[in-house]
Amino acid sequence: MKLDFPLFPDTASTLAPELDALYFFGLLVAAVCSVVIGLVVFYLAIRYRRTEANQVGKPEKGGLWLEITWSVIPLGVMMFMFVWGAKVFFEAQRPPADAAEYYVTAKQWMWKFQHPEGHREINTLHVPVGQPIKLIMTSEDVIHSFFVPAFRGKMDVLPGRYTQYWFEATKPGTYHLFCAEYCGGEHSRMRGSIVVMEAREYEAWLSGSASGGTAVAATGAEIFEARTCNTCHRPDSSLQGPQLEGIFGHEVELTDGSTVTVDESYIRESILDPAAKVVKGYQPLMPTYQGQLSEEELLQLIIYIKALGAEEDVEPAEEASSEAAS
Amino acid sequence: MSTAPPEAQTQPVSSKLRPWGKQHHFDSFDQQQEASYFGMWLFLAQEVMFFGGLFTAYIVYRTEHTFAFTLGSRELDVQLGVINTAVLIGSSLTMALAVWAAQTGRRKAIVAFMILTILLGGVFLGIKTVEYSAKWEHHLVPGPNFHWEGSQGNRVEMFFNLYFVMTGLHALHMIIGMVIMAVACWWAWRGAFTPENHNFIEGLGLYWHFVDIVWIFLFPLLYLLGRNVG
Amino acid sequence: MSAENTNYLNNNYGVKSWLLTIDHKRIAILYLISVTFFFLLGGLFAALIRIELVTPAGDMVQADTYNRLFTLHGVLMIFFFLIPAIPGVLGNFLLPIMIGAKDMAFPKINLASWYIYMAGGLFGAWAMLNGGVDTGWTFYTPFSTSFSNTYVISTAIGGFLAGFSSILTGINFIVTVHRLRAPGLTWFRLPLFVWAHYATGIIQVLATPVLAITLVLMIAERAFRIGIFDPALGGDPVLFQHLFWFYSHPAVYIMILPAMGVMSELITAFARKRIFGYKVVAAASVTIAVLGFLVWGHHMFVSSQSPYAGVIFSFLSMLVAVPSAVKVFNWTATLYEGSVSWDTPMLYALGFIGLFTIGGLTGVMLATMGIDIHVHDTYFVVAHFHYVMVGSVLMAYLGGLHFWWPKITGRLYPVFWAKISALLVFVGFNLTFFPQFLLGYLGMPRRYHAYPEEFQVLNVFSSAGASVLGLGYLIPLIYLFWSMRYGKKATSNPDDAFGLEWETSSPPPTHNFHETPNVTFEAYDYAARETARQAMTQPVGDPE
Repeated sequence: MKLDFPLFPDTASTLAPELDALYFFGLLVAAVCSVVIGLVVFYLAIRYRRTEANQVGKPEKGGLWLEITWSVIPLGVMMFMFVWGAKVFFEAQRPPADAAEYYVTAKQWMWKFQHPEGHREINTLHVPVGQPIKLIMTSEDVIHSFFVPAFRGKMDVLPGRYTQYWFEATKPGTYHLFCAEYCGGEHSRMRGSIVVMEAREYEAWLSGSASGGTAVAATGAEIFEARTCNTCHRPDSSLQGPQLEGIFGHEVELTDGSTVTVDESYIRESILDPAAKVVKGYQPLMPTYQGQLSEEELLQLIIYIKALGAEEDVEPAEEASSEAAS
Repeated sequence: MSTAPPEAQTQPVSSKLRPWGKQHHFDSFDQQQEASYFGMWLFLAQEVMFFGGLFTAYIVYRTEHTFAFTLGSRELDVQLGVINTAVLIGSSLTMALAVWAAQTGRRKAIVAFMILTILLGGVFLGIKTVEYSAKWEHHLVPGPNFHWEGSQGNRVEMFFNLYFVMTGLHALHMIIGMVIMAVACWWAWRGAFTPENHNFIEGLGLYWHFVDIVWIFLFPLLYLLGRNVG
Repeated sequence: MSAENTNYLNNNYGVKSWLLTIDHKRIAILYLISVTFFFLLGGLFAALIRIELVTPAGDMVQADTYNRLFTLHGVLMIFFFLIPAIPGVLGNFLLPIMIGAKDMAFPKINLASWYIYMAGGLFGAWAMLNGGVDTGWTFYTPFSTSFSNTYVISTAIGGFLAGFSSILTGINFIVTVHRLRAPGLTWFRLPLFVWAHYATGIIQVLATPVLAITLVLMIAERAFRIGIFDPALGGDPVLFQHLFWFYSHPAVYIMILPAMGVMSELITAFARKRIFGYKVVAAASVTIAVLGFLVWGHHMFVSSQSPYAGVIFSFLSMLVAVPSAVKVFNWTATLYEGSVSWDTPMLYALGFIGLFTIGGLTGVMLATMGIDIHVHDTYFVVAHFHYVMVGSVLMAYLGGLHFWWPKITGRLYPVFWAKISALLVFVGFNLTFFPQFLLGYLGMPRRYHAYPEEFQVLNVFSSAGASVLGLGYLIPLIYLFWSMRYGKKATSNPDDAFGLEWETSSPPPTHNFHETPNVTFEAYDYAARETARQAMTQPVGDPE
């Protein structure tokens, strides 16, 4: 048995200290209230212990001001916790603009990681210290949840959509990764490690790592051609689909007049269910790729499309592309 | 309230029908009656919540897939839906008349009106059977049978998921009501219900009206989507 | 006091007189037997879980078996014990008597609700005999609808039926309280136990049907591949979570409100003093019932629910904590200048106050979004809900069972063993579940069959505590059973408590009262009763 066990998790992210402070405050409130109430009850039970068999207590009327006081004060304390908690939550939800994007695919019962440079890992993820990292995650089957106690915070990973989790590691080391949403069979063994390294070590690891090579965006380009997406989604194609250069992150108008932001979920949906949200001015001619692409291939396509026109600011090529960029 | 015809005042309550007398734990018929109505209203409140879950799912998916739902709705036969709506409202009328008959001690009228209600309910269910079979033939029943030409297939199937579950549960509630009504007919024939003590019929009436109201909501939400557009 | 020897237990013998009874007191006994059975079964699974968790490797049972153990533990304890126990046993037995009625408004529906509950149990048993279920009691999709290979549908039907039983019980309680009160018994003279069960009834009637339809849709998806919740079929798994928690959050108030009702009775009886702030406590019960419907999203902060929705749910969850806190303060204040006895029921009640405070405040911590993102789905949550469900609801149930045992059975239990058990339960409980708060913050997730070694010591503490706790539950099982035959016969009011139930014999006659009582006293007016006693020979309000 491991007798030198920790009572408190590692603190290894920028979010952890503030979350811990909030937690300690909550703990303090809980501990103080419990102890005070416990002691008061203990004291009163002894002080007013029945001495004769038929003794009754003194009649009580209640006190409105007392009731109001002990309603308002706890409410006040809890409102404070609520506001602070919401603040921490929003910080945890909003990655900084310069966050590097990594991709996570969860499946029963393993984690598959994709670095932006193209490296792929299973169950272990190497990351540099001091760099904000945003994980874009999806599941191939059931709901999982990405949880690194040392970083604090978690996010569910769902099939059919993308969720995000961001962190900035502050301390090199190896930290547990757990699946925190019951997913059947080997849920408790769906674990991994996050290996945080100093920047230079990370670079060294990247170049030395076996599963490296092809940058992800290039793989995405290969799929784009292999699946004949370029037949329609190219400026020079005769069958016209919306042009994709620089489209990522912009809003587009749909046939029914509503607008949607071109994010990972929209691209994924448009590949699997093209008639769902058709861009205005175009016909629903695109065939569906449902069942033909794995989640990872979908991610690679998305990465590729993101990279298109990323250097240049906006406008793609000729023709019917202006709608796309509106 | 009109005066009761003479026969009701002399018709005794058979000993076999003792449950229709005042129950031992109530102090008066009035108290028993009030309790019985209150209980039925509470039961209906929970039925509202039951169907409410379905309506929630409907709202969510219709907001997501408005166009596909319109396409699905177009496949439903509005004429049959209108006829069914009229039939069901008619059955609520006959049920209300049955309640009136119970209030005024018209024993044979209670039975007659409830039988009419059951018949109208039967017509409703018959028409629904016709509709369901048509859906099966047109490959619109969700599951392996489902087939949709065009790109919206997945989403149109969601419309039919909701169509079948909502109308199916509604039909189930109707069938249960009709079975209970049949039993009530037999009891009514035996003279169990008097102007002083007929809360069973009133309660059954409340239930039947509720089932009718659920349909009033289902009909436009399922049959009339996009019909205002050309 | 009744001079006759006939009471509801001995006025009719034979299995048929029990299985076809419409006497609310006999139905309460039927519930008592059933809930005890389900509790022991659920407890057995808990014991197996805690034994497995003594070692970090999953070496006692296979992962699949473990998954079925915790699922069945949850399903049995929640749907077949915690929800029906206090209302079905104590509520059924006492409510009519406390309001001076001869029975519930709908006695046959009362019996039907027990049969429906047992039918639900049969479906659950069928699932168990066929290997059980492994989805977790929360049945999250798409695992439950499209991936699990176990008897999900059977279990879901069992839950549906248990829920329907709960709805009928709720209807009965509400109508009974509205319509069958004795003359003179105005709303604000009602015992707080009655207020609590009234508020519970509201939740049972309005929330449970949503669970029912959710289970129906889940069954439809699993059986007919009708895709409402599975993304692969075009559905939305988060919709399932919303519908599920819309019921399951109010469900926890179905569990705690009756327990709080028992608490008010215990505190007032064993401090011989009117509850401090009676009206506030009554209003708090109803407020909890209403607000409890508005907070379900606090189970879903990291589910990909909109953060703005999360903010609203977090805020409302803070609000719902206030009436619960107020009740704790009021109970504590009742002790001041009271005449506090240390009888067994009071020991359970005092334990409740402490444990519920811890459970409730850790609940507030969970409702704080920033904390929840770390401890969601960890043992912190497990510890929290066991503090409120076991440390509070179960303690109140045991306290109430002891308090009204003489009334229900006409026998007294052995005091020494009762107090020892109460102590064992309190100590064992804390030893079992307090370490789990630490485990949760360390990051040990829920529903884990195997875990990293550094969590072992805390798990060993927890399992050790569980054995003490188990002992604390087994001893009362023995002596309460023993007392039914060998316990001293009880008088009508052994603790000299205030309430209509104590004005009739122990056990009561079948019709509870020979004449409907006429109530002139305010609730728990011990002082007035004392004055009346000193002035007269007979206490006012006696039905005879």
